[in-house]
Amino acid sequence: MAEPLRIGVLAVQGDVREHATMLQDAGAEVVEVRRPQELDGLDGLVLPGGESTAIGRLVRLAGLEEPLRAFRGPVFGTCAGLILLARAASDGVPGQPLLGLLDVAVRRNGYGRQVASFEADLDLAGEAEPLRGVFIRAPRITERGPGVEVLAALDGDPVLVQEGRILAASFHPELAGDGRVHERFLEIVREESCVGA
Amino acid sequence: MTELGTMRVKSGLAEMLKGGVIMDVTTAEQARIAEEAGAVAVMALERVPADIRREGGVARMADPTKIREIQEAVTIPVMAKARIGHFVEAQVLEALEVDYVDESEVLTPADEEHHIDKWAFNVPFVCGCRDIGEALRRISEGAAMIRTKGEAGTGDIVNAVRHMRSVFGAIRRLQTLSGDELYAEAKELRAPLELVRWVAENGRLPVVTFTAGGIATPADAALCMQLGADGVFVGSGIFKSADPSTMAKAIVEATTNFRDAEILARVSEGLGEPMRGLSAAGLAPDELLEARGW
Repeated sequence: MAEPLRIGVLAVQGDVREHATMLQDAGAEVVEVRRPQELDGLDGLVLPGGESTAIGRLVRLAGLEEPLRAFRGPVFGTCAGLILLARAASDGVPGQPLLGLLDVAVRRNGYGRQVASFEADLDLAGEAEPLRGVFIRAPRITERGPGVEVLAALDGDPVLVQEGRILAASFHPELAGDGRVHERFLEIVREESCVGA
Repeated sequence: MTELGTMRVKSGLAEMLKGGVIMDVTTAEQARIAEEAGAVAVMALERVPADIRREGGVARMADPTKIREIQEAVTIPVMAKARIGHFVEAQVLEALEVDYVDESEVLTPADEEHHIDKWAFNVPFVCGCRDIGEALRRISEGAAMIRTKGEAGTGDIVNAVRHMRSVFGAIRRLQTLSGDELYAEAKELRAPLELVRWVAENGRLPVVTFTAGGIATPADAALCMQLGADGVFVGSGIFKSADPSTMAKAIVEATTNFRDAEILARVSEGLGEPMRGLSAAGLAPDELLEARGW
Protein backbone atom coordinates (compact mmCIF):
# COMPACT_ATOMS: atom_id res chain seq x y z
CA MET A 1 0.00 0.00 0.00
CA ALA A 2 1.10 3.56 -0.71
CA GLU A 3 2.35 5.81 2.06
CA PRO A 4 -0.51 7.75 3.68
CA LEU A 5 -0.84 11.37 2.55
CA ARG A 6 0.68 13.86 5.00
CA ILE A 7 -1.80 16.67 5.54
CA GLY A 8 -1.04 19.68 7.69
CA VAL A 9 -3.75 21.45 9.70
CA LEU A 10 -2.99 25.06 10.64
CA ALA A 11 -3.27 24.81 14.44
CA VAL A 12 -2.91 28.32 15.82
CA GLN A 13 -6.62 28.47 16.79
CA GLY A 14 -9.97 26.97 15.77
CA ASP A 15 -11.57 23.59 15.09
CA VAL A 16 -8.33 21.75 14.39
CA ARG A 17 -9.45 18.52 16.08
CA GLU A 18 -12.55 18.14 13.87
CA HIS A 19 -10.52 18.46 10.68
CA ALA A 20 -7.86 16.10 12.01
CA THR A 21 -10.51 13.48 12.77
CA MET A 22 -12.04 13.73 9.29
CA LEU A 23 -8.63 13.47 7.62
CA GLN A 24 -7.53 10.53 9.77
CA ASP A 25 -10.82 8.73 9.11
CA ALA A 26 -10.05 9.15 5.39
CA GLY A 27 -6.65 7.51 5.89
CA ALA A 28 -4.37 10.59 5.96
CA GLU A 29 -1.60 11.32 8.41
CA VAL A 30 -2.17 14.66 10.16
CA VAL A 31 0.50 17.18 11.16
CA GLU A 32 -0.41 20.22 13.30
CA VAL A 33 1.20 23.36 11.89
CA ARG A 34 2.21 26.16 14.26
CA ARG A 35 5.58 27.16 12.76
CA PRO A 36 6.94 27.55 9.21
CA GLN A 37 9.19 24.45 9.31
CA GLU A 38 6.15 22.27 10.01
CA LEU A 39 5.02 22.93 6.42
CA ASP A 40 7.99 20.96 5.09
CA GLY A 41 7.13 17.68 3.40
CA LEU A 42 3.35 18.14 3.50
CA ASP A 43 1.23 16.85 0.61
CA GLY A 44 -1.62 19.24 1.44
CA LEU A 45 -2.79 21.77 4.00
CA VAL A 46 -6.08 22.54 5.75
CA LEU A 47 -6.96 25.99 7.10
CA PRO A 48 -9.65 25.30 9.71
CA GLY A 49 -12.60 27.28 11.01
CA GLY A 50 -12.01 29.68 13.86
CA GLU A 51 -11.95 33.43 14.36
CA SER A 52 -10.28 34.85 11.27
CA THR A 53 -8.97 37.96 13.04
CA ALA A 54 -7.31 35.86 15.77
CA ILE A 55 -5.95 33.32 13.27
CA GLY A 56 -4.62 36.16 11.10
CA ARG A 57 -2.80 37.76 13.99
CA LEU A 58 -1.32 34.46 15.18
CA VAL A 59 -0.25 33.51 11.64
CA ARG A 60 1.63 36.79 11.38
CA LEU A 61 3.20 36.42 14.85
CA ALA A 62 4.42 32.92 14.00
CA GLY A 63 6.03 34.17 10.77
CA LEU A 64 3.66 31.93 8.79
CA GLU A 65 2.10 34.46 6.43
CA GLU A 66 4.70 34.26 3.64
CA PRO A 67 5.38 30.50 4.03
CA LEU A 68 1.63 29.83 3.72
CA ARG A 69 1.42 32.02 0.63
CA ALA A 70 4.40 30.17 -0.85
CA PHE A 71 2.98 26.70 -0.06
CA ARG A 72 2.69 24.90 -3.41
CA GLY A 73 0.45 21.94 -2.49
CA PRO A 74 -3.34 21.78 -2.38
CA VAL A 75 -5.03 23.86 0.33
CA PHE A 76 -8.52 23.42 1.77
CA GLY A 77 -10.05 26.21 3.87
CA THR A 78 -13.35 26.29 5.74
CA CYS A 79 -15.07 29.43 7.06
CA ALA A 80 -12.19 31.42 8.59
CA GLY A 81 -9.91 29.37 6.33
CA LEU A 82 -11.87 30.61 3.30
CA ILE A 83 -11.41 34.21 4.50
CA LEU A 84 -7.67 33.64 4.87
CA LEU A 85 -7.47 32.23 1.32
CA ALA A 86 -9.49 35.05 -0.29
CA ARG A 87 -8.02 37.98 -2.21
CA ALA A 88 -10.36 40.45 -0.50
CA ALA A 89 -12.54 40.52 2.63
CA SER A 90 -15.00 43.21 3.63
CA ASP A 91 -16.27 43.92 7.15
CA GLY A 92 -12.97 42.71 8.54
CA VAL A 93 -10.43 44.50 10.66
CA PRO A 94 -7.81 46.71 9.00
CA GLY A 95 -4.60 44.89 8.16
CA GLN A 96 -6.09 41.42 8.52
CA PRO A 97 -3.74 39.13 6.55
CA LEU A 98 -5.19 37.56 3.40
CA LEU A 99 -3.21 35.01 1.42
CA GLY A 100 -4.88 35.79 -1.91
CA LEU A 101 -4.56 32.19 -3.11
CA LEU A 102 -8.22 32.04 -4.18
CA ASP A 103 -9.76 34.56 -6.55
CA VAL A 104 -12.84 35.39 -4.47
CA ALA A 105 -14.01 38.32 -2.38
CA VAL A 106 -15.88 37.53 0.82
CA ARG A 107 -17.95 39.47 3.33
CA ARG A 108 -17.21 38.40 6.91
CA ASN A 109 -20.28 37.31 8.88
CA GLY A 110 -22.14 37.74 5.60
CA TYR A 111 -25.04 35.58 6.79
CA GLY A 112 -25.47 37.49 10.07
CA ARG A 113 -24.67 36.97 13.73
CA GLN A 114 -24.84 33.68 15.63
CA VAL A 115 -28.64 33.76 16.08
CA ALA A 116 -28.85 33.60 12.26
CA SER A 117 -26.41 30.66 12.03
CA PHE A 118 -28.07 27.66 10.38
CA GLU A 119 -27.91 24.23 8.79
CA ALA A 120 -29.14 23.53 5.25
CA ASP A 121 -29.02 20.75 2.68
CA LEU A 122 -26.70 21.52 -0.23
CA ASP A 123 -26.58 19.96 -3.68
CA LEU A 124 -23.02 18.90 -4.30
CA ALA A 125 -21.76 18.88 -7.91
CA GLY A 126 -21.57 15.29 -9.16
CA GLU A 127 -23.37 13.77 -6.15
CA ALA A 128 -26.95 12.54 -5.81
CA GLU A 129 -27.12 12.74 -2.00
CA PRO A 130 -27.36 16.27 -0.55
CA LEU A 131 -24.68 17.45 1.84
CA ARG A 132 -25.62 18.95 5.21
CA GLY A 133 -24.01 22.38 5.44
CA VAL A 134 -23.39 23.88 8.89
CA PHE A 135 -23.04 27.67 8.58
CA ILE A 136 -21.71 29.46 11.67
CA ARG A 137 -21.32 33.24 11.43
CA ALA A 138 -20.31 32.27 7.93
CA PRO A 139 -18.52 34.44 5.37
CA ARG A 140 -20.44 35.09 2.16
CA ILE A 141 -18.67 34.79 -1.18
CA THR A 142 -19.62 38.02 -2.96
CA GLU A 143 -17.37 37.88 -6.05
CA ARG A 144 -15.44 35.19 -7.83
CA GLY A 145 -12.96 35.19 -10.68
CA PRO A 146 -13.51 33.28 -13.96
CA GLY A 147 -11.26 30.38 -12.86
CA VAL A 148 -13.30 29.64 -9.75
CA GLU A 149 -15.62 26.66 -10.11
CA VAL A 150 -18.76 26.46 -7.94
CA LEU A 151 -19.23 22.97 -6.44
CA ALA A 152 -22.21 23.92 -4.25
CA ALA A 153 -24.39 27.00 -3.95
CA LEU A 154 -27.10 28.21 -1.60
CA ASP A 155 -29.76 30.66 -2.78
CA GLY A 156 -27.52 31.70 -5.65
CA ASP A 157 -24.37 32.29 -3.58
CA PRO A 158 -21.41 29.93 -4.01
CA VAL A 159 -20.64 28.09 -0.75
CA LEU A 160 -18.13 25.46 -1.93
CA VAL A 161 -15.62 26.49 -4.59
CA GLN A 162 -12.50 25.19 -6.27
CA GLU A 163 -9.79 26.98 -8.19
CA GLY A 164 -7.13 24.52 -9.29
CA ARG A 165 -5.44 23.16 -6.16
CA ILE A 166 -7.46 25.39 -3.81
CA LEU A 167 -10.74 24.19 -2.27
CA ALA A 168 -12.81 26.35 0.08
CA ALA A 169 -16.16 26.26 1.88
CA SER A 170 -18.06 28.97 3.69
CA PHE A 171 -19.60 26.22 5.87
CA HIS A 172 -18.09 23.47 8.03
CA PRO A 173 -17.95 20.03 6.39
CA GLU A 174 -15.83 18.97 9.38
CA LEU A 175 -18.79 19.36 11.77
CA ALA A 176 -21.44 17.35 9.95
CA GLY A 177 -19.87 13.89 10.04
CA ASP A 178 -20.02 13.55 6.23
CA GLY A 179 -16.56 12.91 4.80
CA ARG A 180 -17.26 13.65 1.13
CA VAL A 181 -15.71 17.10 0.97
CA HIS A 182 -12.56 15.95 2.75
CA GLU A 183 -12.42 12.95 0.38
CA ARG A 184 -12.64 15.34 -2.54
CA PHE A 185 -9.78 17.38 -1.10
CA LEU A 186 -7.62 14.27 -0.69
CA GLU A 187 -8.44 13.41 -4.30
CA ILE A 188 -7.05 16.80 -5.37
CA VAL A 189 -3.96 16.10 -3.25
CA ARG A 190 -3.46 12.70 -4.94
CA GLU A 191 -3.82 14.22 -8.41
CA GLU A 192 -1.40 17.02 -7.61
CA SER A 193 1.21 14.67 -6.16
CA CYS A 194 1.04 12.54 -9.36
CA VAL A 195 1.58 15.66 -11.47
CA GLY A 196 4.40 16.80 -9.22
CA ALA A 197 6.11 13.39 -9.14
CA MET B 1 -34.57 22.40 4.87
CA THR B 2 -32.94 25.27 6.71
CA GLU B 3 -32.78 25.04 10.49
CA LEU B 4 -31.71 27.70 12.98
CA GLY B 5 -30.40 27.15 16.48
CA THR B 6 -29.61 23.44 16.24
CA MET B 7 -27.26 22.00 18.87
CA ARG B 8 -24.69 21.55 16.09
CA VAL B 9 -24.85 25.23 15.19
CA LYS B 10 -24.72 26.27 18.86
CA SER B 11 -21.88 24.01 19.97
CA GLY B 12 -20.20 24.58 16.60
CA LEU B 13 -19.50 28.23 17.40
CA ALA B 14 -17.73 27.10 20.58
CA GLU B 15 -15.65 24.69 18.46
CA MET B 16 -14.49 27.70 16.42
CA LEU B 17 -13.34 29.47 19.60
CA LYS B 18 -11.06 26.61 20.67
CA GLY B 19 -7.46 27.48 21.41
CA GLY B 20 -8.53 31.07 21.93
CA VAL B 21 -8.98 33.71 24.62
CA ILE B 22 -12.33 35.32 25.46
CA MET B 23 -11.89 38.66 27.20
CA ASP B 24 -14.15 40.64 29.53
CA VAL B 25 -14.62 44.22 28.29
CA THR B 26 -16.65 47.13 29.61
CA THR B 27 -16.24 49.71 26.81
CA ALA B 28 -15.99 49.85 23.02
CA GLU B 29 -12.38 50.96 23.38
CA GLN B 30 -11.52 47.89 25.48
CA ALA B 31 -13.33 45.68 22.97
CA ARG B 32 -11.16 47.05 20.16
CA ILE B 33 -8.02 46.44 22.21
CA ALA B 34 -9.17 42.85 22.80
CA GLU B 35 -9.92 42.25 19.11
CA GLU B 36 -6.63 43.79 18.05
CA ALA B 37 -4.80 41.54 20.52
CA GLY B 38 -6.35 38.44 18.92
CA ALA B 39 -9.23 37.64 21.28
CA VAL B 40 -11.66 35.12 19.72
CA ALA B 41 -14.64 36.79 21.44
CA VAL B 42 -15.43 39.43 24.04
CA MET B 43 -17.76 39.33 27.03
CA ALA B 44 -19.66 42.62 27.27
CA LEU B 45 -20.04 43.74 30.89
CA GLU B 46 -20.76 46.87 32.90
CA ARG B 47 -18.24 45.95 35.56
CA VAL B 48 -15.48 43.34 35.55
CA PRO B 49 -15.78 40.71 38.31
CA ALA B 50 -13.09 42.38 40.48
CA ASP B 51 -15.23 45.54 40.62
CA ILE B 52 -18.45 43.59 41.21
CA ARG B 53 -16.71 41.92 44.14
CA ARG B 54 -15.39 45.22 45.53
CA GLU B 55 -18.52 47.31 45.05
CA GLY B 56 -21.07 44.69 46.08
CA GLY B 57 -24.81 45.18 45.51
CA VAL B 58 -26.91 43.19 43.05
CA ALA B 59 -25.09 42.39 39.80
CA ARG B 60 -27.39 42.16 36.77
CA MET B 61 -27.33 41.84 33.00
CA ALA B 62 -25.52 44.77 31.33
CA ASP B 63 -27.47 47.73 29.93
CA PRO B 64 -28.40 47.03 26.27
CA THR B 65 -26.80 50.35 25.28
CA LYS B 66 -23.48 49.01 26.56
CA ILE B 67 -23.90 45.74 24.66
CA ARG B 68 -24.82 47.52 21.41
CA GLU B 69 -21.86 49.84 21.73
CA ILE B 70 -19.54 46.86 22.02
CA GLN B 71 -21.26 44.95 19.17
CA GLU B 72 -20.71 47.94 16.91
CA ALA B 73 -17.05 48.24 17.87
CA VAL B 74 -15.88 44.74 16.91
CA THR B 75 -16.40 41.98 14.33
CA ILE B 76 -15.63 39.03 16.66
CA PRO B 77 -18.44 37.32 18.62
CA VAL B 78 -19.91 39.28 21.52
CA MET B 79 -21.09 37.38 24.58
CA ALA B 80 -23.05 38.75 27.53
CA LYS B 81 -24.01 37.48 30.96
CA ALA B 82 -27.47 36.70 32.33
CA ARG B 83 -28.18 35.89 35.97
CA ILE B 84 -28.57 32.19 36.83
CA GLY B 85 -32.22 31.28 36.24
CA HIS B 86 -33.13 34.71 34.81
CA PHE B 87 -34.62 33.55 31.54
CA VAL B 88 -36.00 36.99 30.73
CA GLU B 89 -32.53 38.54 30.81
CA ALA B 90 -31.58 35.76 28.40
CA GLN B 91 -34.56 36.62 26.17
CA VAL B 92 -33.40 40.23 26.11
CA LEU B 93 -29.85 39.20 25.21
CA GLU B 94 -31.18 36.98 22.44
CA ALA B 95 -33.23 39.89 21.08
CA LEU B 96 -30.05 42.00 21.10
CA GLU B 97 -28.45 39.23 18.99
CA VAL B 98 -25.52 38.57 21.28
CA ASP B 99 -23.60 35.56 19.98
CA TYR B 100 -23.47 33.64 23.29
CA VAL B 101 -25.21 34.01 26.66
CA ASP B 102 -23.16 33.22 29.76
CA GLU B 103 -25.53 32.07 32.53
CA SER B 104 -23.10 33.26 35.12
CA GLU B 105 -22.45 32.93 38.84
CA VAL B 106 -20.59 36.24 38.64
CA LEU B 107 -24.00 37.95 38.58
CA THR B 108 -26.40 37.65 41.51
CA PRO B 109 -28.54 34.52 40.98
CA ALA B 110 -32.22 35.07 40.19
CA ASP B 111 -33.38 31.53 41.00
CA GLU B 112 -32.15 29.35 43.85
CA GLU B 113 -33.26 26.09 42.31
CA HIS B 114 -33.62 26.27 38.53
CA HIS B 115 -31.20 27.19 35.81
CA ILE B 116 -32.49 28.55 32.49
CA ASP B 117 -34.05 26.02 30.10
CA LYS B 118 -31.48 26.66 27.42
CA TRP B 119 -33.15 24.41 24.82
CA ALA B 120 -35.85 27.08 24.49
CA PHE B 121 -33.41 29.52 22.83
CA ASN B 122 -31.74 29.96 19.43
CA VAL B 123 -28.83 31.75 21.05
CA PRO B 124 -26.27 29.33 22.55
CA PHE B 125 -25.35 29.30 26.25
CA VAL B 126 -22.13 28.77 28.15
CA CYS B 127 -22.40 27.75 31.82
CA GLY B 128 -19.96 27.35 34.69
CA CYS B 129 -19.17 24.18 36.63
CA ARG B 130 -16.98 23.01 39.49
CA ASP B 131 -17.24 19.29 38.76
CA ILE B 132 -18.42 16.89 36.10
CA GLY B 133 -21.89 16.38 37.58
CA GLU B 134 -22.57 20.11 37.44
CA ALA B 135 -21.21 20.26 33.87
CA LEU B 136 -23.48 17.43 32.69
CA ARG B 137 -26.53 18.92 34.41
CA ARG B 138 -25.93 22.17 32.53
CA ILE B 139 -25.48 20.29 29.25
CA SER B 140 -28.73 18.39 29.87
CA GLU B 141 -30.42 21.80 30.22
CA GLY B 142 -29.04 22.76 26.79
CA ALA B 143 -25.69 24.44 27.48
CA ALA B 144 -23.60 24.34 24.28
CA MET B 145 -20.32 25.21 25.98
CA ILE B 146 -18.93 24.72 29.48
CA ARG B 147 -16.37 26.67 31.45
CA THR B 148 -14.94 25.63 34.77
CA LYS B 149 -15.77 28.39 37.24
CA GLY B 150 -12.64 29.18 39.17
CA GLU B 151 -13.12 32.17 41.44
CA ALA B 152 -13.85 35.23 39.32
CA GLY B 153 -12.35 38.61 40.14
CA THR B 154 -9.52 37.29 42.33
CA GLY B 155 -6.58 36.86 39.96
CA ASP B 156 -5.92 33.67 41.96
CA ILE B 157 -5.76 30.57 39.75
CA VAL B 158 -6.14 28.00 42.54
CA ASN B 159 -9.89 27.44 42.28
CA ALA B 160 -9.74 27.19 38.49
CA VAL B 161 -7.09 24.50 38.87
CA ARG B 162 -9.19 22.65 41.44
CA HIS B 163 -12.22 22.67 39.14
CA MET B 164 -10.25 21.54 36.08
CA ARG B 165 -8.56 18.77 38.06
CA SER B 166 -11.99 17.72 39.24
CA VAL B 167 -13.62 17.68 35.79
CA PHE B 168 -10.74 16.23 33.76
CA GLY B 169 -9.85 13.73 36.51
CA ALA B 170 -13.47 12.55 36.65
CA ILE B 171 -13.46 12.05 32.87
CA ARG B 172 -10.39 9.82 33.10
CA ARG B 173 -11.98 7.85 35.94
CA LEU B 174 -15.24 7.36 34.02
CA GLN B 175 -13.25 5.80 31.18
CA THR B 176 -12.05 3.07 33.55
CA LEU B 177 -15.54 2.03 34.69
CA SER B 178 -17.42 -0.91 33.18
CA GLY B 179 -20.80 -0.38 31.55
CA ASP B 180 -22.76 -1.72 34.51
CA GLU B 181 -20.93 0.59 36.92
CA LEU B 182 -22.07 3.68 35.03
CA TYR B 183 -25.67 3.46 36.35
CA ALA B 184 -24.60 3.96 39.96
CA GLU B 185 -22.03 6.53 38.86
CA ALA B 186 -24.68 8.60 37.06
CA LYS B 187 -26.81 8.52 40.20
CA GLU B 188 -23.84 9.56 42.30
CA LEU B 189 -23.00 12.43 39.90
CA ARG B 190 -26.68 13.46 39.66
CA ALA B 191 -26.26 13.52 35.90
CA PRO B 192 -28.18 11.86 33.03
CA LEU B 193 -26.95 8.34 32.26
CA GLU B 194 -26.73 8.97 28.50
CA LEU B 195 -24.32 11.88 29.04
CA VAL B 196 -22.25 9.92 31.56
CA ARG B 197 -22.00 7.08 29.05
CA TRP B 198 -21.01 9.49 26.24
CA VAL B 199 -18.18 10.91 28.37
CA ALA B 200 -16.99 7.42 29.35
CA GLU B 201 -16.85 6.41 25.68
CA ASN B 202 -15.33 9.61 24.25
CA GLY B 203 -13.02 10.77 27.03
CA ARG B 204 -14.22 14.37 27.02
CA LEU B 205 -17.33 16.44 27.67
CA PRO B 206 -19.75 16.51 24.72
CA VAL B 207 -19.24 20.28 24.38
CA VAL B 208 -16.19 22.53 24.29
CA THR B 209 -14.76 23.15 27.77
CA PHE B 210 -13.01 26.41 28.60
CA THR B 211 -11.58 27.60 31.92
CA ALA B 212 -12.44 30.82 33.73
CA GLY B 213 -11.93 32.55 37.04
CA GLY B 214 -8.55 33.82 38.24
CA ILE B 215 -6.39 33.82 35.10
CA ALA B 216 -4.03 36.81 35.40
CA THR B 217 -0.83 35.94 33.49
CA PRO B 218 0.28 34.17 30.27
CA ALA B 219 1.61 31.33 32.44
CA ASP B 220 -1.81 30.96 34.09
CA ALA B 221 -3.42 30.62 30.66
CA ALA B 222 -0.86 28.04 29.51
CA LEU B 223 -1.33 26.11 32.77
CA CYS B 224 -5.07 25.83 32.05
CA MET B 225 -4.37 24.66 28.50
CA GLN B 226 -1.86 22.05 29.66
CA LEU B 227 -4.37 20.77 32.22
CA GLY B 228 -6.81 20.12 29.36
CA ALA B 229 -8.88 23.27 28.77
CA ASP B 230 -9.98 24.00 25.19
CA GLY B 231 -9.45 27.75 25.75
CA VAL B 232 -9.64 30.44 28.42
CA PHE B 233 -11.85 33.26 29.63
CA VAL B 234 -9.90 36.17 31.10
CA GLY B 235 -11.98 38.57 33.14
CA SER B 236 -10.37 41.17 35.33
CA GLY B 237 -6.86 39.88 34.50
CA ILE B 238 -6.45 42.02 31.40
CA PHE B 239 -8.08 45.37 32.05
CA LYS B 240 -7.00 45.41 35.72
CA SER B 241 -3.35 44.96 34.73
CA ALA B 242 -0.93 47.87 34.26
CA ASP B 243 -0.70 47.49 30.45
CA PRO B 244 -3.86 45.80 29.14
CA SER B 245 -2.94 45.72 25.43
CA THR B 246 0.43 44.06 26.07
CA MET B 247 -1.06 41.66 28.62
CA ALA B 248 -3.88 40.73 26.22
CA LYS B 249 -1.46 39.97 23.38
CA ALA B 250 0.80 37.97 25.68
CA ILE B 251 -2.08 35.83 26.98
CA VAL B 252 -3.28 35.15 23.41
CA GLU B 253 0.19 34.03 22.30
CA ALA B 254 0.63 31.91 25.44
CA THR B 255 -2.72 30.18 24.87
CA THR B 256 -1.74 29.13 21.33
CA ASN B 257 1.81 28.11 22.25
CA PHE B 258 0.93 26.63 25.63
CA ARG B 259 3.53 23.86 25.46
CA ASP B 260 6.39 26.02 24.21
CA ALA B 261 8.24 27.24 27.33
CA GLU B 262 10.56 29.46 25.28
CA ILE B 263 7.66 31.40 23.82
CA LEU B 264 6.02 31.51 27.26
CA ALA B 265 9.21 32.99 28.73
CA ARG B 266 9.41 35.60 25.98
CA VAL B 267 5.80 36.74 26.26
CA SER B 268 5.97 36.82 30.08
CA GLU B 269 8.73 39.43 29.99
CA GLY B 270 8.14 43.07 30.82
CA LEU B 271 4.36 42.91 31.14
CA GLY B 272 4.18 45.40 33.99
CA GLU B 273 2.14 44.68 37.07
CA PRO B 274 -0.54 42.00 36.64
CA MET B 275 -3.84 42.59 38.46
CA ARG B 276 -3.15 42.89 42.18
CA GLY B 277 -5.67 40.20 43.07
CA LEU B 278 -6.70 38.62 46.32
CA SER B 279 -6.17 35.15 47.67
CA ALA B 280 -9.21 32.93 47.12
CA ALA B 281 -8.35 31.02 50.29
CA GLY B 282 -8.81 34.24 52.27
CA LEU B 283 -12.42 34.73 51.14
CA ALA B 284 -15.27 33.99 53.55
CA PRO B 285 -17.62 31.23 52.33
CA ASP B 286 -20.37 33.76 51.56
CA GLU B 287 -17.94 35.75 49.40
CA LEU B 288 -17.29 32.82 47.05
CA LEU B 289 -18.98 33.18 43.66
CA GLU B 290 -18.21 29.58 42.69
CA ALA B 291 -20.81 28.23 45.13
CA ARG B 292 -23.62 29.85 43.12
CA GLY B 293 -25.33 27.38 40.78
CA TRP B 294 -26.47 23.83 41.55
